[in-house]
Parts: sequence; structure tokens; C-alpha cells
Amino acid sequence: MTEVSTDTPMIRVSAVDKYFGSLHVLKDINLEIPRGQVVVVLGPSGSGKSTLCRVLNRLETIDSGAVAVDGVPLPEEGRALAELRADVGMVFQQFNLFAHKSIIDNVTLGPIKVRKLGKDEAREEGMRLLRRVGIADQAEKYPAQLSGGQQQRAAIARALAMRPKVMLFDEPTSALDPEMVNEVLEVMAGLADEGMTMLVVSHEMGFARRAAHRVLFMADGEVVEDSSPETFFDSPGSERAKDFLGKILTH
Amino acid sequence: MQVLIDNYHLYLRGLGTTLQICLYAGLLTLVVGTFIAGCRVAPLTPLRAFGTAWVTVFRNCPLAVVLFFMAFGIPALGINASYFVFGTIGLALYTSAFVCEAIRSGINAVSPGQAEAARSVGLGFGQTLRLVILPQAVRSIIPPLGSVMIAMIKNSAIAGAFGIGGDLYAVGIRQSSAQGEEIIPVLLGVALGYLIITIPAGLLLGYVERKVAIAR
Repeated sequence: MTEVSTDTPMIRVSAVDKYFGSLHVLKDINLEIPRGQVVVVLGPSGSGKSTLCRVLNRLETIDSGAVAVDGVPLPEEGRALAELRADVGMVFQQFNLFAHKSIIDNVTLGPIKVRKLGKDEAREEGMRLLRRVGIADQAEKYPAQLSGGQQQRAAIARALAMRPKVMLFDEPTSALDPEMVNEVLEVMAGLADEGMTMLVVSHEMGFARRAAHRVLFMADGEVVEDSSPETFFDSPGSERAKDFLGKILTH
Repeated sequence: MQVLIDNYHLYLRGLGTTLQICLYAGLLTLVVGTFIAGCRVAPLTPLRAFGTAWVTVFRNCPLAVVLFFMAFGIPALGINASYFVFGTIGLALYTSAFVCEAIRSGINAVSPGQAEAARSVGLGFGQTLRLVILPQAVRSIIPPLGSVMIAMIKNSAIAGAFGIGGDLYAVGIRQSSAQGEEIIPVLLGVALGYLIITIPAGLLLGYVERKVAIAR
């Protein structure tokens, strides 16, 4: 066992390559995210940003390179990987709440089955989290009975219930009706303020400006820009980023 | 029809034996079939290969061959038990390939995002299957599973033909061949016996289907 010091990056991605068949989706990605940093990943669709996000808790395998979370290299499929995933919160574009369980049962399933918390304790903690994301009154309903924004906030509560070291957001607002985007972004901004380490794949420029410490711009499987939000939005270095910003900011 | 009235107790006992075979084989095949389905969707290649091999062998061998092996092959290996045991196990193993595929189709009908979310909160493969996937798969598993189970009940006649003895099929054969009764009434009696099992089984499955549909 190596000593994990506080300056071990929360996430370290070294020389990662990934192919889908003949398509080279991640090209020699190198990335370190220190603890407490909020990183927003931008880029056109097909740029590999969602794949990068899913590689970090091994929902996608990689073809070469290495990924480490809090100094621990991602293990092969099995118990050790499950333990590591418990420490990495994940929020999906399509929410993916367990359709056959009530909202509170969605939130407490992991703590009870993985963290071995008692039912009452897990429920108390779960209700605290649901209050925090503003949907405590929906606790006994099923996911299909909630609006998209409520479902996504429930999904965030479910991830937080595991007390993760880092949170991954894979386009968390892309499937939402416009009027529900803000309620989700507010919860995320709150987390960022509290010092949670976050990687957010998103198209929400406002959120990137307001809450991000760092912006990654990806295109064609490569990290093209890696800068502060101010630098990225006000004076992007690459033609591709200028082109991208021109397309999304004009309307 | 007199033959049915005179020998009703034989038919009743045959019905009982057939029911017993189906009950034991049914329980065993559900357990084995679910396990094999788990293997077929497991993240480990050797388990998947084992599951695929199992289904390939038992789905493609005629039931009579499987039962023949159970009747003559297993005892030749020096393992002794009554043919009731061997026949029931043979029937269950054969059916498990079809049970597996019914369950697997139900598993595939659940959105992959459900499994991804389960794995992301740290649930292991078995927990993901048991706590998240199978409860949602049940709804689409029940109809094909029902057909498989009813086919198994009828297939128990083939196990009977190998000499379990005393089941509905055996009663029919004995009455018509050995005792020279008229064949049509005897067969009608046998058919009636199977219907007494399969029709309520179908109704029960329809009831279960409606139940799990409401429980989302």
C-alpha cells in the first residue's frame, strides 16, 4: 500500500486510448483532476467527452493507458471495481432511476446493500439528501411519476447517498425540458461550492462560467483546450474552439 | 367410456404422479434456468461460454436423447437412483435451456441504463441482477416462461414413456396395450388428465402476469 497524500490527484488519466471498432474515440488522453476541482468538459457531439466520463468508473473499458481514482488504479471487473465505483458518484443523461423502486428506495439501496447501513439510518440520511435537493415530498413516489428535473435531482441524491469522493455528470441536463434545467444546475452549483470534486460533461455555458474552475474542450477524441472558464470563453486559443463557441453562442 | 369410470382411480393416481414430476422438474428447472441465464449475461467470458454451451446442448438435443442418457448412461456410470429421480432431472435440465432463454430475453428488455446505474452505486453483478434487473424483467419473462412450463408438463409424457411408471402416460399405455381396452376413450382420459394440469397452470400464469404488471 502506498501512502495516499493529499496532493494525490483525485483522478489521473494517463495516455488513454479507446476505440469503438475502427473509430478512435479517445486519443492519448492525459488528465489530472486535483481534489475539490470542478471541471466542465465541452465539445461537439461525437468528440468523446461522454466516453471520457464513462471511462473514469469503467463503464467503458480502455484499450491502452491507465486510469486511477484517488491514487488507486481502476481494477478489473469484480468486487474491487464495485468498491471503487461506490466511491464515484455518477449522474446520467437519462437519470436511470430504478423504475421499480420508490424515490427513497432508490436513494437507500446502495447505502443498505453496499455500505451495509441499517434501514432506519439509511432512510434518515436519504430523507436529508432529498430535502437538500428539494424533493422530500416526493419520497414515496415512483420515478415515472416525477418530472425530469425532479428525477435528475433524485439521481443526484442517490449518488450523494454513497458519500462519493468524486461526482461524474454525463450531460445531466440534456434530456430536460428547458424550464427544469436550472433546478438541477442549482443543486450542482451547491455541490461545487461545498468543495466536491466534479467532472461535468455539459453544454451549459452559464454553469461552466459560474461554477467551473477549469474547462476542457474536446474534439475528435482529443483534449484541444484545457484552460480557465474566463480564458476559454473570452479568448479561446484554437480555431476549433472558436468555431464551436461561434455555433452555440450565436442563438 | 366405461373404461374411464371403472378405472378412475388409476387415472387419478397417474394424474398425481405426473403432477409430482412436473412440480419437482418445474422448481429445479427454474433454479437451473435462472442460474444459466445469469451466466449468459455475466461479465466473465468463461461463465458466458458455459451458459452458451449449456443452452446449445440442451436446446438442440431431442428430449428423448437426454432422457435416454439419464435412463441408461447415468446408471452405467455407477450412479444409482430411481428413474423417477433421473427422469425428473433429465426433464428439468432439458427445459432449463428454454427457461434460460426466456429469462435472458426479459433481461435484455430492461434498459441497459438500469444496470449501469446499479453498477455505479457499487452493486456487484449478482446484486445488480437480483435487486434491479430481474424484478423489472419479470413482466416480460412470464408469457414466454408460461409456454415453456406448459411444454414441460406435456413433455413429462416422454419421461413417462421411459418408464417412470404410474404417470398419466403409463396408465394410458397399460390400459390400451396390456389390457386391450379400446384406445380412443383411454387416450381421451389421458388427454383430460393433462388438460386438468395445463389449463389451470395457464390461468395461474395469466393471473401472475396481471399481478406483476400492476406492481410495475
